[in-house]
Amino acid sequence: MSKNRNGNDTKVNGADVQVKKDLKVVGKPFRKVDARSKCVGATKFADDIALPRMLYCKLLRSHVPHALIKSIDTSKAEALEGVHACITGKDLPIPYGILPVSQDEHALCVDRVRFVGDPVAAVAAVDEDTAFDAMNLIEVEYEPLPTIAGIEEAVEVSEPRIHDYGDHGNVHKLVNLEFGDMDEGFAEADIVREDVFFYEGNTHLPMEQHAAVAHFDADSKLTLWSSTQTPHYVHRALAKTLEMPAAHIRVIATPNGGGFGGKSDPFNHEIVVAELSRRTRRPVKVTLTREEVFYCHRGRHPVLMKSRIGVKRDGSITALDFQSFLDGGAYGSYGVASTFYTGALQTVTYEVPRYRFRGLRAFTNKPPCGPKRGHGTPQPRFGLEIQLDKVAEQLDLDPAEMRLKHLVKPYTVTANYLRVGSMGLGRCIEKVVEGSDWKNRFSGWDRQNRKLPEGRGLGLACSSYICGAGLPIYWNNMPHSGVQLRLDRQGGVCVQCGSTDIGQGSDSVLAYVVAEVLGIDPFDIRVITADTDLTPVDLGSYSSRVTLMTGNAAIQAAERARELLTMAVAEKLSVPVENLAFAERRVFDVENPEVGVTFAEAVVLAESKFGTIGTVGSYTPPRSPGRYKGAGVGPSPAYSYSAAVAEVDVDTETGLVTVPRIWVAHDIGKSINPLLVIGQVEGSIYMGLGEALMEEMTYRANRNVVHKFPSLLEYKSPTTLEMCDVVTYLVEDPDPNGPFGAKEVGQGPLLPVMPAIANAVYDAVAVRIDEVPITPEKVLAALRAKQQGKPARFGPASVPEVAWPEPLKVLTPAEGGDGKEMPRVAVHS
Amino acid sequence: MTEARRQKAHVRFTLNGEETEVAFAPHKTLLEVLREDLALTGTKHGCELGECGTCAVLVDGRSVLSCLMLGLEAEGRRVETVEGLATENGLHPLQETFADTGAAQCGYCTPGFLLVAKELLAQNANPSRDEIKEVLSGNLCRCTGYVKIYEAVELAAARMRGEEAELPKESVFGYE
Repeated sequence: MSKNRNGNDTKVNGADVQVKKDLKVVGKPFRKVDARSKCVGATKFADDIALPRMLYCKLLRSHVPHALIKSIDTSKAEALEGVHACITGKDLPIPYGILPVSQDEHALCVDRVRFVGDPVAAVAAVDEDTAFDAMNLIEVEYEPLPTIAGIEEAVEVSEPRIHDYGDHGNVHKLVNLEFGDMDEGFAEADIVREDVFFYEGNTHLPMEQHAAVAHFDADSKLTLWSSTQTPHYVHRALAKTLEMPAAHIRVIATPNGGGFGGKSDPFNHEIVVAELSRRTRRPVKVTLTREEVFYCHRGRHPVLMKSRIGVKRDGSITALDFQSFLDGGAYGSYGVASTFYTGALQTVTYEVPRYRFRGLRAFTNKPPCGPKRGHGTPQPRFGLEIQLDKVAEQLDLDPAEMRLKHLVKPYTVTANYLRVGSMGLGRCIEKVVEGSDWKNRFSGWDRQNRKLPEGRGLGLACSSYICGAGLPIYWNNMPHSGVQLRLDRQGGVCVQCGSTDIGQGSDSVLAYVVAEVLGIDPFDIRVITADTDLTPVDLGSYSSRVTLMTGNAAIQAAERARELLTMAVAEKLSVPVENLAFAERRVFDVENPEVGVTFAEAVVLAESKFGTIGTVGSYTPPRSPGRYKGAGVGPSPAYSYSAAVAEVDVDTETGLVTVPRIWVAHDIGKSINPLLVIGQVEGSIYMGLGEALMEEMTYRANRNVVHKFPSLLEYKSPTTLEMCDVVTYLVEDPDPNGPFGAKEVGQGPLLPVMPAIANAVYDAVAVRIDEVPITPEKVLAALRAKQQGKPARFGPASVPEVAWPEPLKVLTPAEGGDGKEMPRVAVHS
Repeated sequence: MTEARRQKAHVRFTLNGEETEVAFAPHKTLLEVLREDLALTGTKHGCELGECGTCAVLVDGRSVLSCLMLGLEAEGRRVETVEGLATENGLHPLQETFADTGAAQCGYCTPGFLLVAKELLAQNANPSRDEIKEVLSGNLCRCTGYVKIYEAVELAAARMRGEEAELPKESVFGYE
């Protein structure tokens, strides 16, 4: 039991199971329920589906970054033997988009293209080669428009507008939020510093390219199989754009060959194959090429940041004023949410009593950015954790000690009204400090008496992440996750849930949780997921929401089933219901364990008494205390915490940074399966290492805004030869809102990696690289600057001057605020 | 469709231990022949340009990127794919350890890793961690950070040498 912030006892979900007996499944390192199928090549990914008479689709994509479409001539393509259909934007005129406020995409561009890669026409043909030839016969006449290739340019140049909506010109979104009296905060500070950072964009790079197969059948029902993380949102987008009743559409998300956020938007190719199937009455498949996947993108936003921080001598923060400028690319995607996320989670690690956030998202003629692992939080975390390192040096404090002293207290509400639950960051810091032998190996700020040789360094950083977004993407009062459980009279248990397994093991989590509650083996359970005809809605595999939300829904469904079985067995055995326990595929009297029935017999008894046994469970996150406009992004049922220490070697001749080892501690709440948790931690460290050192989406800005290297060879990602050793510590601080106390792990442990490496580079060679990726040329430039007596730093100098809107002011909880914004008062001076 | 594409090539080779005959358009890669003409979709593709290792198969015991080899070149050769690793006696030790250790997360790169690892263990029954890294450096995985893959290869190698091996405790539960 834990205390909530009112001091009341709070129940950890599933706790009655936990206190009654030892956990049999939860916390054990079972293999995943689908692991063997994956290892024999039997798992069917979207491109593995082949249906009789299937046609193949190719999309013609724009080769120009910004232009009006003057004409499209498909006659030559249509005349090619083997071509069955050819469509353009006029055939799918209804716009769509993942967020209700950004319905700015068309399956095929109607009158203008906005980036190289925007699709303008599509063909369906008997085979892929014919489709490719047909695609090349389509003639498009473009009238070029000036391009916008970066944040500063988008802020300065308002015409032509890439979209005719947004805050103004090419500024998509402006945010200005102020929590508490900032002047008072900075006045209390002993030091105030301003730092500017840049985080380059990068992409998910799942090994599986997106693919989809559509089949519009003779009964006018549409089925779409797709490698998507969000079948529910694809379902909605198809109904809207095809003008079909949603009830006639079935979306099946195939197991994703990696997602990382890159398969979270409804995609144009999904809508296009559905329409082509409707026209041809044959199944139609599309599989993107690797180059197309780069242009689909929806990855990490490039973000320019300026952070102004006020700190007392003891390292406590008195005020934080954070600005972020996001390069959104050509469409909205999740971008409004991404913008808010660059300002949301700065407050949940260390006490920030007064906080201001200003954010700007710009439209540019580049592939659209969206959510990638950590969605909008790696960038500000990179800036904040480096800035705290600089603060520690300025105050001559140990950066680990400084952080430990000022942690956010568990079960409190932050200045921006995020309700923090369990909070294990302190133990995380202690673990990595101890593991890395920080006290004996980190030199502090004295460069004359170093403990490690020059060129080798240690750096520390921390972070936090949400366990699911507190609010759904489209406004509604329904649950975020639903689970349906069917028990058959042979003892079979089937769990059905809309969640999508993208490799993280969400199907297995459902089986483990249900097996724990019902006292059966997880491998007894059949799991059916991600099928809009068969499974209740789960919103999707994003925002690290799946374990917490589907886990809680599954517990509820399983407890309801257990209750029915308990009543039937109690009656049969004449044993009080409270005496019955479920374990080892039996239901038995705890006082007299040989008195009992098998699980299958229990189901027969229950079915005889109540009829067919099926139960449902659902989960809706608790309401957030924030009531101001913009309070929808950041609240979560729980927050995970991570700390990392990176060790680096910097070659001062070449500028090359290598990372031999990272120590990472993650507050998981409670491991449903520690083996899978560690797998997520190691994968996060890997992806963070790539972002820190090499991964970047960069474009030839003034030469057509094409990607510099849209290939797996030239877009550098870590191979086995770059990957570091990982020393993982799991900290378990159960959260009352988590299933069995569990919190997320898929995204959080990535966040401290980039700033820990940047801080370690500083320890190693005394130059600050305030920008990722930390490439050799940036390190060399900073070393050269240091030699020349200039600031020993590489990074941006400034941020654009922006006329921000009036701030929305909110009193903090400490100031007696109620979570609502203060009425705006016109002030004339 | 052009006449050249209608003209099918006819190839015989040993596929997962069985004599196989297949007819296909002659420009097709071995990857395409396996997936499209023989319905063996266990072999995956990540780039079709020889950059990611996802499509690796064994040809005469050596790992080959099937996206860079023409189907025609398989004539008379011995080709092994992920579907051929398990036998009536059960999974190959590598399949077992990849499944049990979480070395397969999304599972998309797994077939390629399994075959390259099998080739390694055929040549070196007791490879060091560095030797494993070197051999697997042509295969990309975006999920695992490779750590569980190394551990799965090491565990399978030990078991194939007849040792009773398990994962170290810290690989399963983390460090104390």
